[in-house]
Amino acid sequence: MTKVTMTVNGKAVSKEVSGNTLMTEFLRDALHLTGTHVGCDTSQCGACVIHVDGKSVKACTMFAAEAEGAEVVTIEGMANPDGSLSVIQQAFQDHHGLQCGFCTPGMVMTAAKLLEENPSPSEHEIRDYLEGNICRCTGYHNIVKAIMAASGQDVSGIAAE
Amino acid sequence: MYSFEIESPVSVADAVAALGKEEAQALGGGQTLIPSLKARLAAPAVLVSLSKIDEIKGISAADGVLSIGGGATHASVAAEAGAYPALAALAANIGDPAVRNRGTIGGSLANNDPAACYPAAALASGATIVTNTREIAADDYFEGMFTTALEDGEIVTEVRFPIPEKAAYVKFEQPASRFALVGVFVAKYPDGVRVAVTGASEEGVFRWEEAEAALSGNFSASALDGLSLPAEGMMGDLHAAPDYRAHLVGVMTRRAVTAAQ
Ligand SMILES: Cc1cc2nc3c(=O)[nH]c(=O)nc-3n(C[C@H](O)[C@H](O)[C@H](O)COP(=O)(O)OP(=O)(O)OC[C@H]3O[C@@H](n4cnc5c(N)ncnc54)[C@H](O)[C@@H]3O)c2cc1C
Ligand code: FES
Ligand code: FES
Repeated sequence: MTKVTMTVNGKAVSKEVSGNTLMTEFLRDALHLTGTHVGCDTSQCGACVIHVDGKSVKACTMFAAEAEGAEVVTIEGMANPDGSLSVIQQAFQDHHGLQCGFCTPGMVMTAAKLLEENPSPSEHEIRDYLEGNICRCTGYHNIVKAIMAASGQDVSGIAAE
Repeated sequence: MYSFEIESPVSVADAVAALGKEEAQALGGGQTLIPSLKARLAAPAVLVSLSKIDEIKGISAADGVLSIGGGATHASVAAEAGAYPALAALAANIGDPAVRNRGTIGGSLANNDPAACYPAAALASGATIVTNTREIAADDYFEGMFTTALEDGEIVTEVRFPIPEKAAYVKFEQPASRFALVGVFVAKYPDGVRVAVTGASEEGVFRWEEAEAALSGNFSASALDGLSLPAEGMMGDLHAAPDYRAHLVGVMTRRAVTAAQ
């Protein structure tokens, strides 16, 4: 066991972990932050995407020990400080960008990075950036629409299919 | 996963010392190794994480050579390898954004997956793979599927790419994995053209010498008219049969030459 110390959603945390403890296990089992989902556990689906030092990573494919000293943000850290939904989260709700909701945390975390890098992405750019995020309910249309809306683009002409 | 310890040295010297221990293995971005650990295909006692070693993360161009630290992620190569645009574009198309934020060039070259992208770039560029002990020419480095000239405990610290006059990498994506079903990297240097193919052969990445000879005389897709590779020795799986892969090599090479103009 080794001790790791990191910041998760702005709070300093320190825990004993085994070498093979994954970030998903650390967040879900040790910190009880169960918003980070585990879909595939093989780095394919993106349900587990979190931000580590400002970069999106798949938490199922990173060890907790590797996050020593890091700033980690999970879906639980995405709402506004007063508890209201962030622009991206609100857009997912407004545009029905989720069905069962299992992929949603990863979609929101990935979308947040996309909009940081590219504040006004085209539909094609959004779909390309979401390549590592799989929605089993296949609701991509409204996910793309929600992200476009969150970026301030007019989506009134995009029909819900 | 079996259990193991993780060490996170901050210098190459300390990493080399840690790798000298019994059953120690390097951990790059973990994008390949962690899935294999989960499948219990590897059972190290100690994983030596290279991600805290700043001295192997740099990217710089000088005297016609682009040098990339073995610990540089695909995302940093995509962002910082502007001196060699075809290489930056290759890195920008590996996997997805989260994979690119962790996966490293050193890990990709050490792993030498027969469908990986970087091996094609290194071989087509006549790159030099620099380790903690020596420099290895790409022509001597790739020894077949998942096999390289690296010794146990040897770390890829840098990869030096001579910058070509023209180059392009075109991959036909395996749509589920985004790895190359077939990928071809073409690079034109003053002394000739090099063509490296990934995703196709049972021997892993290879140079297509007939195409190199034809293109060195005339760098246009039409120079490849009539040239093809036999299906024999090509990989076959549910995604593509050997004859289809052989055919794709020709198509991807022509597209790469056209894209490089
Ligand atoms: C969803 C997904 C999609 C992908 N798509 C592509 C793709 O399109 N094209 C592509 O080429 N790859 C693709 N990859 C693979 C990805 O590029 C990996 O990052 C890469 O193959 C391994 O690099 P790594 O740094 O993660 O190495 P690790 O997984 O950490 O290690 C791999 C091997 O290399 C060794 N190693 C690591 N670093 C070094 C070093 N510096 N020196 C010596 N040995 C070292 C390790 O001991 C291990 O044996 C994909 C991966 C995933 C999960
Ligand atoms: S659970 Fe991590 S990518 Fe699917
Ligand atoms: S909403 Fe069900 S998996 Fe995406």
